[in-house]
Amino acid sequence: MSDALVDYDELLTRYEPVIGLETHVELGTASKMFCGCATTFGAEPNTQTCPVCLGLPGSLPVANAAAIEATVRIGLALGCRVAGWCRFARKNYFYPDIPKGFQTSQYDEPLCTAGHLDVEVDGETYRVEIERVHLEEDTGKNLHVGGATGRIHGASHSLVDFNRAGIPLVEIVTRPIPGAGAKAPEVARAYVTELRDIIQTLGASDVRMEQGSLRCDVNTSLAPTGSLEWGTRTETKNVNSLRSVERAVRYEMRRQAAVLDAGVRVLQETRHFHEDTGTTSPGRSKEEATDYRYFPEPDLVPVAPDAEWVEKLAAELPELPAARRARLQEEWGLSTTEMAWLVNAGALGLVDATVAAGATPGDARKWWLGELARRANDAGVELSELTVTPRQVAELTRLVAEGTINDQLARQALDGVLAGEGDPAQVVEARGLAVMGESDELVAAVEAAIAGAPDVVAKVQGGKVQALGALVGAVMKATRGKADAATVRRMLEERIIGG
Amino acid sequence: MSTPSPQEPATAGPEPQAATALGREGTAGLGRDDVAHLARLARLALADEELDHFAGQLSAVLDAVAEVGKADVADVPPMTHAVPLTNVTRDDVVSPSLPRDVVLAQAPAAEDNRFRVPQILGEE
Repeated sequence: MSDALVDYDELLTRYEPVIGLETHVELGTASKMFCGCATTFGAEPNTQTCPVCLGLPGSLPVANAAAIEATVRIGLALGCRVAGWCRFARKNYFYPDIPKGFQTSQYDEPLCTAGHLDVEVDGETYRVEIERVHLEEDTGKNLHVGGATGRIHGASHSLVDFNRAGIPLVEIVTRPIPGAGAKAPEVARAYVTELRDIIQTLGASDVRMEQGSLRCDVNTSLAPTGSLEWGTRTETKNVNSLRSVERAVRYEMRRQAAVLDAGVRVLQETRHFHEDTGTTSPGRSKEEATDYRYFPEPDLVPVAPDAEWVEKLAAELPELPAARRARLQEEWGLSTTEMAWLVNAGALGLVDATVAAGATPGDARKWWLGELARRANDAGVELSELTVTPRQVAELTRLVAEGTINDQLARQALDGVLAGEGDPAQVVEARGLAVMGESDELVAAVEAAIAGAPDVVAKVQGGKVQALGALVGAVMKATRGKADAATVRRMLEERIIGG
Repeated sequence: MSTPSPQEPATAGPEPQAATALGREGTAGLGRDDVAHLARLARLALADEELDHFAGQLSAVLDAVAEVGKADVADVPPMTHAVPLTNVTRDDVVSPSLPRDVVLAQAPAAEDNRFRVPQILGEE
């Protein structure tokens, strides 16, 4: 089944998108939201459960103070108002991944409301209004057996692991975002990226989309250009990477445009994103929307954040990504474009750490955006996944600056570091990479080069000094790049032209 | 009595879902469609005559509860807890979980160290 799609540029001449995002973040607390079970990712199935997170009769939940604090800090970082008093609520539904028959969540009394997050796309700033930030618990994980790999359709039965059930989960909901036009997919991606970076800066979660500690539902609707009413939205789930956020919005815009062009109404429904094809397919229809019968959780007392405590948390927030970018751009004297390159390459934090370890901003940028970017690209990994630390890169630049090695030797030293041979200085020592002084070996190489090319020597002596380059090259080759080119040139001149 | 803080928002008032969940705006009296809806949510298969039977019974319950609605509570803040406490929390400290074999022994069926549940239909 493939959907009819309208060309992206063409649809923009007739339709305007409105997007919205619901993001779930698993907090990085040591223990679960309402019990003391560990939250270790990847643990053996059902080894992190207890009567509370299994919903056994008679068990009683107690809220994790660190999870409440982390949620308040996220809210504050997003400029939200923190509730003075709020309650948890039961969201009732039957599904095998929810052992209690309800999810403990928040309903009409979220912990944080009315914030915003500014994101930048191609030099333009878009303000994303945050409707609410609330705290709830994660569900267990279902494994479907007997059908096509992992699919619920055709499965004979399912297996449930409750390790994840009860891990604190923060839900961050935006208000509808109109006005992004052609940039809507990129604004969606930029928002999730910025949100991820903020939460990482706060240390509230490891926000790893591939491990599901950051999950995103993307709402998309289209309306005819100039229309006063917004169109019917779809909610796309299973969007598991930043790139997928962008692709999912773009696909839904193209699909919905085709539906509207055909004079049909867009169905309000949940759709699933497929990473392999970049398409979406319908899930549960909202017409059968579950009636969750929310009511205040009687087993938990209200949360009433003390105003002074909230103020203290606000005052102690770390420098957030946007402020940090502005500061570093100023400190390093970069243009907006140069800064954008650095950010888009995922090199900002690495360069900052390299500078902190003693490198000059120029050297740090040169290495991360040059040689290291090339290596990462060749290996098909992110910069941050390279097995070289900012401290090691700083050491490399120091060795070059001191004249111990030159750029070519530094690249060889980097080979050693990436191969796990230790720090740059160790690699230089072990591989004998240090620049040669005027040693006997170098003198011998210089004299051999002169003896081996009498024609070049004659040219130089005849006034063609630039011919010296060939001899410098020969010496560099003979010394496997370990000689200092300027030294070699001087030694050749001394011997051919005379000191 | 509970003592909600002064910041308690006005919207916290009557539980908003209580009325809609019953398909009624605060009036008692339950039709068989309501009962069918509730039964579906609770995953209960009810026969036609049972729908009528329970509609009658549940309506009687709602009528009884509706008596409470006659009380003048204009100045009484809503109460959801019997104790006037807020901020009862635990420190973020890991405590031992149950042994897995004990956990899975409680289940009707287990497979591959997980709870085995019947086919999940109609939802994704």
